[in-house]
Amino acid sequence: MIKINNSQFVAYITIVRKEVLRFSRIWKQTIIPPVITNVLYFIIFGNLIGARIGKIDSYTYTDFIFPGLLLMSVITHSYTNTVSSLYISKYHRHIEELLVSPIENYTILLGFITGGVIRGIAVGIVVILVAQLFVTFTMQYILLTVIIIFLSSTLFSMCGFLNGLFANDWDDINVIPTFIMTPLTYLGGIFFSINMLPDVWREIALFNPILYLINGLRFGMLGVSDIDISIAIVIIVFFNVLMLYLCLHYLKLGKGLRT
Amino acid sequence: MNLDALVIKKLSKIYANGFQALYNIDLKVSEGDFFALLGPNGAGKSTTIGIITSLIKKSRGSVKIFDTDIDKNFTKAKSYVGLVPQEFNFNTFEPVREILINQAGYYGIQKDISKDNAYYLLKKLGLWDKRYQVSRNLSGGMKRRLMIARALIHKPKLLILDEPTAGADIEVRRLMWDYLKEINNNGTTIILTTHYLEEAEKLCKNIAIIDKGKILENKSMKDFLSELRNEEFILYTEGKFKMPLNLNNFNINKIDDNSFSVIIKDGFNINDLLDILTKEDIKIKSMKNKTSRLEELFIRLVENNDKN
Repeated sequence: MIKINNSQFVAYITIVRKEVLRFSRIWKQTIIPPVITNVLYFIIFGNLIGARIGKIDSYTYTDFIFPGLLLMSVITHSYTNTVSSLYISKYHRHIEELLVSPIENYTILLGFITGGVIRGIAVGIVVILVAQLFVTFTMQYILLTVIIIFLSSTLFSMCGFLNGLFANDWDDINVIPTFIMTPLTYLGGIFFSINMLPDVWREIALFNPILYLINGLRFGMLGVSDIDISIAIVIIVFFNVLMLYLCLHYLKLGKGLRT
Repeated sequence: MNLDALVIKKLSKIYANGFQALYNIDLKVSEGDFFALLGPNGAGKSTTIGIITSLIKKSRGSVKIFDTDIDKNFTKAKSYVGLVPQEFNFNTFEPVREILINQAGYYGIQKDISKDNAYYLLKKLGLWDKRYQVSRNLSGGMKRRLMIARALIHKPKLLILDEPTAGADIEVRRLMWDYLKEINNNGTTIILTTHYLEEAEKLCKNIAIIDKGKILENKSMKDFLSELRNEEFILYTEGKFKMPLNLNNFNINKIDDNSFSVIIKDGFNINDLLDILTKEDIKIKSMKNKTSRLEELFIRLVENNDKN
């Protein structure tokens, strides 16, 4: 049983404050780019191409792709925040400030996850605000929507943390986002319903965990989903627990931090 | 009753590449000590410090900090320690004061308290005017002082300094020496590694010399320095110096018309020489040790270890 004392709480708040200040100072790099990317998606995919596609599940194409675009922004920035923050602090060695201090591993992990979640949600809010110009904003199930966004953000913050632990150079922090996250996200049903796919591809798509996040959020916002929402929630929780275990396990081993 | 600030027993470290950096070393540092841990590059000093501060995982052995075993209660053990590492390792994009307040936060110190600690340390170490500057804009000496301030922000009982004055000019070094002496006098135990041996000789009460992962010497500075059999001095004379007679027991080398060096052999002391010089009507204006006594012993010890 983990007992959180006041010292650990103060340390946790300190890490979170430091993380938030870090990405706030460079807001032009951290907050603005997703606005531009999403505006382009809305214009090109939503308005220009979407107009020819027509409605999916009784929603306009722009409305249909919005939950996926929102989720993509949230998870990408949650991931990027933790991986870059952890790797930069390893590279410049100021991670040693944390390592020599009497901070428990769970406090360090929780601090980084919270930093990633705050950035992911901050970007999500900005994307929602910008989307008002292009979509009819609906939220069928508010609590479910919030839970799915939160758990997706924690999951990818932990993925970023794990990547940061294992990263030995700058290339290593780009490999996972480029070769795994981006393809899985695009193939996870942001721009299409998997019911539009041939049977074989539909079966393959079901092995993509991001599919469950996108459909979970689409159900929360639009009330439509390609998969059973309860299965989506079980899978999201399962991957959160798995990543939490892996992060704490490798932190305890000192992977990438202690020689 | 004084506790031991640090007790290391049979400590070994073998890195993943098979290199053994430490061989069963034993070390004890008493509370209130100013302790020098000296050794040539690659001797194992930083590995030892890394293990004490948890940056490096030990392979075998035990480490206790103020009677707290790092294997049993690492967070408590770490709360006693402040570390000034060899290389600058703060976030160079953060302002000076923020670095201190964050570090205090990692030790569980509330912001209102750490603000006061930061004010005291920044004033004391001459950095108060730079408190809002990002740390990358500080000079080398200021960065060194910032490292010390950061290590002291949580008022550690044991301060470990890994070459804290490397690259600092003499003015900064003297300021640091004065401050370190002051905090040691106030009860903080200090472990110092340095390549400036006169620094260790001036500041430290006890000494350990490590080489190739083994402790070669561990005793009081006084006892260690007393092992020096021959001492070499440089003497400056008033007026021109001519080689006097009856100096068979001293090995004298003239440097120029106003100075000479002399080796005082075991069994003689500087007063014997001064008596002779007075009789010869040679007036001495000033004198100094040619090399640091500690340096001489250190080199001798390490060279002997190489031969063995």
